[in-house]
Amino acid sequence: MRIFYHIGRYTLFVKKVFGKPSKHSILFKQIIKEIDKLGIDSLGIIFIISIFMGAVITLQTAYNIDSPIIPRYTIGLAARDSMLLEFSSTIVALILAGKVGSNIASEIGTMRVTEQIDALEIMGINPAGYLVLPKVIAFVLIIPFLVVISMGVGITGGFLAGSLSGEVPASDFIYGIQYAFVPFYVVYSLIKAIVFAFIIATVSAYWGYYAEGGALEVGKASTTAVVTSSIQILLFNLLLTQLLLV
Amino acid sequence: MIEAINVMKAFDDKVVLKDISAVFEKGQTNLIIGQSGSGKTVLLKSLVGLHNVTSGDILYDGRSLLGLNTKQKKLLRQEIGMLFQGSALFDSMTVEENVRFPLDMFTNMSDEEKRDRTNFCLDRVKLENANSKLPSEISGGMQKRVAIARAIALNPKYLFCDEPNSGLDPRTSIVIDELIHEITVEYDITTIVNTHDMNSVMGIGDKIIFIFEGEKYWEGNKDDIFHVQNKQLEDFIFASKMFRKIKEANK
Repeated sequence: MRIFYHIGRYTLFVKKVFGKPSKHSILFKQIIKEIDKLGIDSLGIIFIISIFMGAVITLQTAYNIDSPIIPRYTIGLAARDSMLLEFSSTIVALILAGKVGSNIASEIGTMRVTEQIDALEIMGINPAGYLVLPKVIAFVLIIPFLVVISMGVGITGGFLAGSLSGEVPASDFIYGIQYAFVPFYVVYSLIKAIVFAFIIATVSAYWGYYAEGGALEVGKASTTAVVTSSIQILLFNLLLTQLLLV
Repeated sequence: MIEAINVMKAFDDKVVLKDISAVFEKGQTNLIIGQSGSGKTVLLKSLVGLHNVTSGDILYDGRSLLGLNTKQKKLLRQEIGMLFQGSALFDSMTVEENVRFPLDMFTNMSDEEKRDRTNFCLDRVKLENANSKLPSEISGGMQKRVAIARAIALNPKYLFCDEPNSGLDPRTSIVIDELIHEITVEYDITTIVNTHDMNSVMGIGDKIIFIFEGEKYWEGNKDDIFHVQNKQLEDFIFASKMFRKIKEANK
């Protein structure tokens, strides 16, 4: 029954987050700050993960395709589609649930236990809107760029691994990534990423916002935020795939 | 003036405040005293609207807090300044940004005017050369002063202070107490201070309310608190050796 309590409270929380902002100029400034903090600061990890994911997918596919009837360019095609369909959106979102989600939950949780949220409320400010809305907007705005960067870097990683290991000739790989390209896969991936960004920002903020106690509880809230957002990402991944692709 | 009328507050089955009625006068430092766990903070947070009371009413110069809609409540809150036990400064902002924050949110002042007002408030709490420091870089006493400066930035009509001396040395505590009292008189505001510090009681207690186990046991001022025949209050006041000695000396 506890799950229904959280669903109800989360819904009310999201309603509060989308309440009228106190000042649009301040909201705009905060969005820019959050884009830098949540998005630009995540570029490093996205770059590293994507390049290795692309490389490993390429090598694994090459290892599994040893039949002479299957053309070598299939490896490029498989690497491209894996990155586009799943890795650059879902796996990147799961990684960001850990990095960005725990950051949001611990920041807001600390503000809660040190009465900073009470201070905002006393001033007549909607704390949920003031603290969370800029994060949600910023993360939803920046994530398509992160996903597209991840796609590019991942495919480049695959290309480098394939060529340097001698498993796929460069020309075959390049032909493979152009072969039977479906532009909707990119759209599908971006739609998923936007939904995941919303989940990460709001679910993590929810656990931080209702943290009670001290440092220990903030830590717990942060862990719960990461676990809950990850589970929701997986659930929505299934749901969106069924809705958009099947 | 703030009035609490038959305020009752319960968390689930646990009743924390029992039928408390009190009047907190304008231009005076009104103290709520009592032991830890007596319900002082719950009463303060109920008065300020952070807790919804279970029954009863709270009036701000005749305006019922419970009867206000969201917009009216928002406007009322701009008339309230609050000093929290742990200061509650925004730790990602500098001292100047903290004090300036309410001005950014609720006024259409120019940058120059905001800077002047911020510096005025910081001067008023005798805090200089700390504008660009982060809260983590200044002492607890300085943090309290920044919190007071932030609380008075919008010229509040009501000031609430939750345990303003907690974690401070006796000398800094006196400075903070005096500051709160001076500001109360100077700006003619209704100030409510939650404390269990008897030095504060003796220093700035224009009006005192003693809470015991969620009930109001006594009401008076710093001049008559020593002459009261009330076991719970006596136990509270004379818990310290120093005050017992003062009592003996007075006899």
